[in-house]
Amino acid sequence: MQIQVTVNGKTRKSEVEDRTLLVHYLRDQLHLTGTHVGCDTSSCGACTVHVDGVAVKSCTLLAAQADGCAVTTIEGMAIQDSPTTSQLHPLQEGFKECHGLQCGFCTPGMIMTAADLLKHNPNPSEAEIREALEGNICRCTGYHNIVKAIQWAATHSTKPEPNQQEEPVVADEHLFTNDVTTGEVVETH
Amino acid sequence: MSNKFIGQSVKRLEDKRFLTGKGRYTDDINLPGMLHAHFVRSPYAHARVQSIDTTEALAMEGVVAVFTGDDVKELNGVPCGWQVNFRNGETMREPKHPMLIATGDTAKHVGDPVAVIIAETKSIATDAAEAVMVEWEELPAIASPADALKPGAPKVHDQYPDNKAFDWTFGNPVEEVDAAIESAAHVTTLEFVNQRVVPNAMEPRAYIGHYDTVSDKYTLYTSTQNPHLIRLLMCAFVLGIPEHKVRVVGPDVGGGFGSKIYHYTEEALVTWASKQLGQPVKWTSDRSEAFLMDAHGRDHVTKAEMGFDADGNITGLRIKTIANMGAYLSTFAPAVPTYLHGTLLQGVYTTPKINIDMTCVFTHTVAVDAYRGAGRPEATYLLERLIDLAALEMGKDPAQLRFQNFIPPFDGVTQPGYQTQVALQYDSGNYHPVLEKGLEMLGYDDFRQAQKEAAQSNKLLGVGISTYIEACGIAPSAVVGALGARAGLYESAQVRVQPTGKVSVFTGSHSHGQGHETTFVQVVADKLGIPMEDVELVHGDSDTVAFGMGTYGSRSLAVGGSAIMKSIDKVLEKGAKIAAHKLECAEGDLEYGNGKWTVKGTDKSIGFGDVALTAYVPHVYPAGLEPGLDFSSFYDPANFTYPFGCHIAVVEVDKETGKVTLKRMIAVDDVGNIINPMIVEGQIHGGLAQGIGQALLEGTIYDENAQLTNGSYMDYCMPRADDLPMFETANQTTPCPHNPLGVKGAGEAGAIGSTPAVVNAVIDALWSGGHQVKDILMPLTPERVWRAMN
Ligand code: FES
Ligand code: FES
Repeated sequence: MQIQVTVNGKTRKSEVEDRTLLVHYLRDQLHLTGTHVGCDTSSCGACTVHVDGVAVKSCTLLAAQADGCAVTTIEGMAIQDSPTTSQLHPLQEGFKECHGLQCGFCTPGMIMTAADLLKHNPNPSEAEIREALEGNICRCTGYHNIVKAIQWAATHSTKPEPNQQEEPVVADEHLFTNDVTTGEVVETH
Repeated sequence: MSNKFIGQSVKRLEDKRFLTGKGRYTDDINLPGMLHAHFVRSPYAHARVQSIDTTEALAMEGVVAVFTGDDVKELNGVPCGWQVNFRNGETMREPKHPMLIATGDTAKHVGDPVAVIIAETKSIATDAAEAVMVEWEELPAIASPADALKPGAPKVHDQYPDNKAFDWTFGNPVEEVDAAIESAAHVTTLEFVNQRVVPNAMEPRAYIGHYDTVSDKYTLYTSTQNPHLIRLLMCAFVLGIPEHKVRVVGPDVGGGFGSKIYHYTEEALVTWASKQLGQPVKWTSDRSEAFLMDAHGRDHVTKAEMGFDADGNITGLRIKTIANMGAYLSTFAPAVPTYLHGTLLQGVYTTPKINIDMTCVFTHTVAVDAYRGAGRPEATYLLERLIDLAALEMGKDPAQLRFQNFIPPFDGVTQPGYQTQVALQYDSGNYHPVLEKGLEMLGYDDFRQAQKEAAQSNKLLGVGISTYIEACGIAPSAVVGALGARAGLYESAQVRVQPTGKVSVFTGSHSHGQGHETTFVQVVADKLGIPMEDVELVHGDSDTVAFGMGTYGSRSLAVGGSAIMKSIDKVLEKGAKIAAHKLECAEGDLEYGNGKWTVKGTDKSIGFGDVALTAYVPHVYPAGLEPGLDFSSFYDPANFTYPFGCHIAVVEVDKETGKVTLKRMIAVDDVGNIINPMIVEGQIHGGLAQGIGQALLEGTIYDENAQLTNGSYMDYCMPRADDLPMFETANQTTPCPHNPLGVKGAGEAGAIGSTPAVVNAVIDALWSGGHQVKDILMPLTPERVWRAMN
């Protein structure tokens, strides 16, 4: 079926299978691979994105259900992020400042969940942060520095609008450049 | 030379790509013409394949191939990398771990694969799996290692009717230990289970095999902790393909914790299938498969006895353990309960007599192998539970009982290392102050007062101490070789100074969250006196990095970092020759610092960049010296390193419900010198969470048919943010005397010390309320704790 979704500010018209999950649509069709899959029971939160401004686990939603919606993924969170200029979202800064990530696999989901929390509760307590993260599993950090990262972001928030531009990711395989995808590719003509 | 970066909490250089969604994990990579694999797996823990019919699946649109066991009969099984023979000399039993179970053969655990579907999309491959008809004859199965040893137990491998993989004894002669225990004034006996847990790295395993028909070369992208080791095992032992025709890439990897060390069948199969089909083949595990197929950890059943004299000095330790190996021997599996466990039973105590008797058994479960800490958490659990319980039984203070039995301090430089009763020689140690520091952070005396008051209320308070030691920096090759390792455990590094003075460092270590791209760069920048921006770390690709043994056993900095230091020394040595020539002085007149060679006592100097350029543009150049400034080194450690520390847990136990709340978790760790305190602290945090997880939340549950009944995040209880407190950490520094950086390793410490601290705390709480229980089975669920009180 045909769907139309605004992803990180860009309108996409796509043909999807009825059963395609939103997370697979983002990863496999749009090559937005920052959204991860960590489980098959909607329990880990690695796939969290915003749909119409609300954090949802994109493995619980069909792509078809996102028809007509605005989706923001981790690739759309930075205020500005191109190879030449970059200004990250306060949460992205906070995770770096506080060492809130190790392997980075849970990180996009953590940030998307935390962004939703801060929208509704700009100054959460430690307990409120821990409760908000209940649906997101991190195996590396023990959550201590994730909590601190979110606290950091809460005190450094400049209320930014997420970036609506992504830039191409270029691969380094021993193949012709034209052959490979390892992330979202923006076609230029 | 003063350090600018070493010792600083430099923010991680690798973070930005992960924070902006540009991390590149294996499943993020898509190659043109790529096919997708899906495995048909045994739904039974033990069942014979009577027939397989793939006709219908093959006929489905989009299905490219279906391979069964009969197609891969020629391939070897995945090998085991460590041989531990029976105590009577009989060779370790090493049943073949086949790629796919062939018709007539038996599947030996749930998930054992019988066929692999290769299709144009993942969903077609998954659908086609439903159309593969397998006729199974279900057979009796066994999951408990203790039951597997009972007469008449179902056999895992028909040729080994007693289900034993090997048995093993270690330490002082058992008669001496028996005598020590028998003559003890007090003996504390504990029978317990160190339950099986699932590593659960958040990135599920993923592989892409890509055979390139033009170059006749294979590329394997794999979520691994050690790309070169996978290449060696796969080429030499499984597929029999030439190593120089294979490139193995471990791109960004989402956590490992041991589970991504091993060579898995799926890895070899996608590589093999890619050649059969002439197209790349990808397989990504889903979480349910990960629960069934990733190597698990722990799974010991133990009887432990610790003897004390009338003054409370430990006189002997006698251990009898059964360890579950699973159905097949995984890569490092035989080493875990033996040389990574039995050798740590000295702990930090002066115990004069120690003996362990270990039986390693096959069961109808997936393989057990190293999981964060690997053997050392099991040894620490055993020792620290015993000593805490002994204190309760003898009415002594658990901290004092430890102080009294600690090995006295030794620095390994002016004083010799400490020779244990179980083969190892500790490098340097100072155990008393870490416990003192932990007690101070806790406010021990005040705590005991609060505990007394709480005993009258509905919420009991308890404190649990654990003073651990571990053997890291794995390992001196000759030593491990003598103990059965089939590999050397050195590391390699190349430091390539570019003509402009920029530096590329190639390491055989592999980062899957540990932050090597920052820590290693800090070291190199400081040692060369150049900015961190001028240094780049390259890892994870067998085509760019000459060789490597990878990252596990807290070895990256201690072994990989030492290899880098060797190459830096060579760079500086050759650089000095060039500098001396340019400055027209003797090499001996030069000193190096702040990125330049200076003639001692003068202001005549030449910078690192100028020397680098001269090395590549050798117009004015020492006679007979080769151009270039690029050095490789291999570093084989002289000894293990021995980090140690003290973990203290404070818990509250609800008398009505049995619910345990972890109120405080204190960790004082001595990991030797520290390069990046922020990263070390992060490693400790993560380890603590895993250790606490084992104590309170995690554990596999098998039913009577050896089916894993909690193989998903709905059922297997992972530690979540609201299960844990903020951690309180501190460090002590006792440098490692035998490696150039003085570092000991920090990756596993958290997971080693914390588990017994938490369980001890719960037992302590119960005793304070008058419930003199010796043990509660982990994980300490409310029900189990409540039952222990009622
Ligand atoms: S992948 Fe969506 S919750 Fe785990
Ligand atoms: S950083 Fe690795 S899972 Fe969270």
